[in-house]
Amino acid sequence: MFEIGLGHYLVVGAILFATGMFGIFLNRKNMIVIMMSIELMLLAVNINFVAFSAHLGDLMGQVFSLFILTVAAAEAAIGLAILVAFFRARGSIAVEDINAMKG
Amino acid sequence: MIKAIVFLPLLGFVISGIMAFIDTGDDKHKKHRLDLMAQIATAAPMLISMVLAWIVFNDVGLNGNAYVVQVMTWIQSGDLDLNWSFRVDTLTAVMLVVVTTVSAMVHVYSIGYMHHDPDVPRFMAYLSLFTFAMLMLVTADNLVQMFFGWEGVGLASYLLIGFWYTKPSANAAAIKAFVVNRVGDFGFVLGIFATFVIFGTVNLSEIFARASELNSATISIFSGEYHAITVICLLLFVGAMGKSAQLGLHTWLPDAMEGPTPVSALIHAATMVTAGVFLVARMSPLFEYSDLALQVVTIVGASTAIFAATIGCTQFDIKRVIAYSTCSQLGYMFFAMGVSAYSAGIFHLMTHAFFKALLFLGAGSVIHAMSDEQDMRKMGGIWKMIPVTYVLMWIGSLALAGVWPFAGFYSKDIVLEAAWAAHSAVGGYAFWLGIAAAFLTAFYSWRLIIMTFHGTPRADEKTMAHVHESPKIMIAPLLVLAFGACFAGIIGYNWFIGEGAGEFWANSILILPTHTALEDAHHVPMWVKYLPLAVGAAGIAVAYVMYMFVPSLPGLVVRAIRPVHKFVFNKWYFDELYDAIFVKPAFQIGRELWKTGDKAIIDGIGPDGVASTANDTAVRVGALQSGYLYHYAFSMLIGVVFMVSWYLFAHAG
Repeated sequence: MFEIGLGHYLVVGAILFATGMFGIFLNRKNMIVIMMSIELMLLAVNINFVAFSAHLGDLMGQVFSLFILTVAAAEAAIGLAILVAFFRARGSIAVEDINAMKG
Repeated sequence: MIKAIVFLPLLGFVISGIMAFIDTGDDKHKKHRLDLMAQIATAAPMLISMVLAWIVFNDVGLNGNAYVVQVMTWIQSGDLDLNWSFRVDTLTAVMLVVVTTVSAMVHVYSIGYMHHDPDVPRFMAYLSLFTFAMLMLVTADNLVQMFFGWEGVGLASYLLIGFWYTKPSANAAAIKAFVVNRVGDFGFVLGIFATFVIFGTVNLSEIFARASELNSATISIFSGEYHAITVICLLLFVGAMGKSAQLGLHTWLPDAMEGPTPVSALIHAATMVTAGVFLVARMSPLFEYSDLALQVVTIVGASTAIFAATIGCTQFDIKRVIAYSTCSQLGYMFFAMGVSAYSAGIFHLMTHAFFKALLFLGAGSVIHAMSDEQDMRKMGGIWKMIPVTYVLMWIGSLALAGVWPFAGFYSKDIVLEAAWAAHSAVGGYAFWLGIAAAFLTAFYSWRLIIMTFHGTPRADEKTMAHVHESPKIMIAPLLVLAFGACFAGIIGYNWFIGEGAGEFWANSILILPTHTALEDAHHVPMWVKYLPLAVGAAGIAVAYVMYMFVPSLPGLVVRAIRPVHKFVFNKWYFDELYDAIFVKPAFQIGRELWKTGDKAIIDGIGPDGVASTANDTAVRVGALQSGYLYHYAFSMLIGVVFMVSWYLFAHAG
């Protein structure tokens, strides 16, 4: 019988994390995509936490994942607020245009 | 007294030199008063110095009281023992008289000649500085002190040639004079070193005392053994050649005419350029022991005499003609030295100083009259307007051409007779070239006079309307010099080379008994005695025919011998030759060292290299900071991956 174990969860987490990562690095157009990618990476971490928590029988991991969800919600709110402000100021949220710190 | 003679000009220099720094602003009246003070402050000491010099001449030359005066110790180091001291013997006394008299006359003349110039105090200061250095040179008791004076006159010459420093040509001429003289001075310095090596001293009296015993000494140069005294004499003669503008090192003298005319008269005709002649005469106790050195002196002198005379016939600048004439006459003096007729050479030096200074100052008077025009092609027809200058130029030219009874007749004749009487190959060479040069001398002198004073006026009307006789202050010194040009020969003949010569010169000049040219010169055949006069007259006649009676003739002659004329007119291409051999390669080497040595290697690796490397690195590092957030994030990720892998591998293994 095919049983779903820790390894499978970790693989899903890793895939999600990698997807988020590529979302950040390959994306050229939209800042919102970056924020979504960050969200994806946090969720991947959450899966790891929950998976290990279940595997080790330690509730601490699940508590942490709740914290992370909270923080992620706050972060998304702040991030979108900055994004709106930025759009008002510069008229664009394309990643290519955001290089004012260029050396 | 001798101290007063030497140091009075120095005093004048210091006072006038300080005045040169005073800024009078636009106040014309104040400036004139300052100029007058500077003129008095320099001319008065010079005149006193001149009177004292005549007294010393009377005392030392005529009464035979030679002496040495110690002033102070200069250098004492190991075997080297030098004093500032004045050696006053007949040779020095003659030079003192020549230098102070001409210098005093030039000082007085300059008061008139330079009165429009904005820098009168500076000019007078330089003149006095020159006189001081020249007196230091002729009174020196050791070679190093002589070198001090030697360099001092070189410096003053440089300053005075470049006096009008806003003129680029004057600056170039000043630098040329300085550089060419360095070549000669290098020889002089080496000569002093060699003297010290051989004799162990540089004091003249000690050198002379030991000259005969060290006659057999040798000196080794690059593993070859050479006769020491010959080497010393030749090296010293190189110095003399530079200062006296002899063939090879003569190129600076004509260019030196860029300076004000009184300077040309004083430095580049009468005194400084004769320093080389004086040096050879002074070192006669050494030169006497080296036949080779004497032969070289004779050949160089004779070659210069004819060489400069040919060029003098083709030039159009009135001062350049006289400058080449000076060069040529210096050649006469040198070949007189070369046949051991030192006193004849010095005699010619003395008479030449008078008439050549007269000619130069006369030329200055002409230039003054012609509103600063120096080209003889733009003169002519002015002899009735400036009769005094005209007569004085005639006297100077008669003396230069050696016409009886003017000064040049006596001195030039004895020089040529001595050359003939030497009965040697080089003596004959010198005699015949000297005769040829005498012909050319007379020719170019009258060419100068006729072109300048006679014929139809070639200047424009404005200049002609302005032609005027020079003021009295300029004419008076000319009269004194003219007196010298007329009578210095007759008066000096007996003392310098006649019956009283032995007593007159005493120990200041040594002539070995085997060198009898000067004695024999009094017993030469009649034709030798009259030949110089005859060719002189012929030269004058030819000049009259060509420039006075048949003015079309010079053009025809020039066309007939065009290549020769072109060669001579361009001064035998010496300047071009030196330019190609020395100046251009020197520039090339300089440019090479500058471009590759300094710019490419030293700067390239050193400061510039370091700076540009830092700059390049910074630019490359700066490019890393792209401003894109995801680049930074990516590099962070790579870092994390690397560290984690490293941690895992390190701890797993």
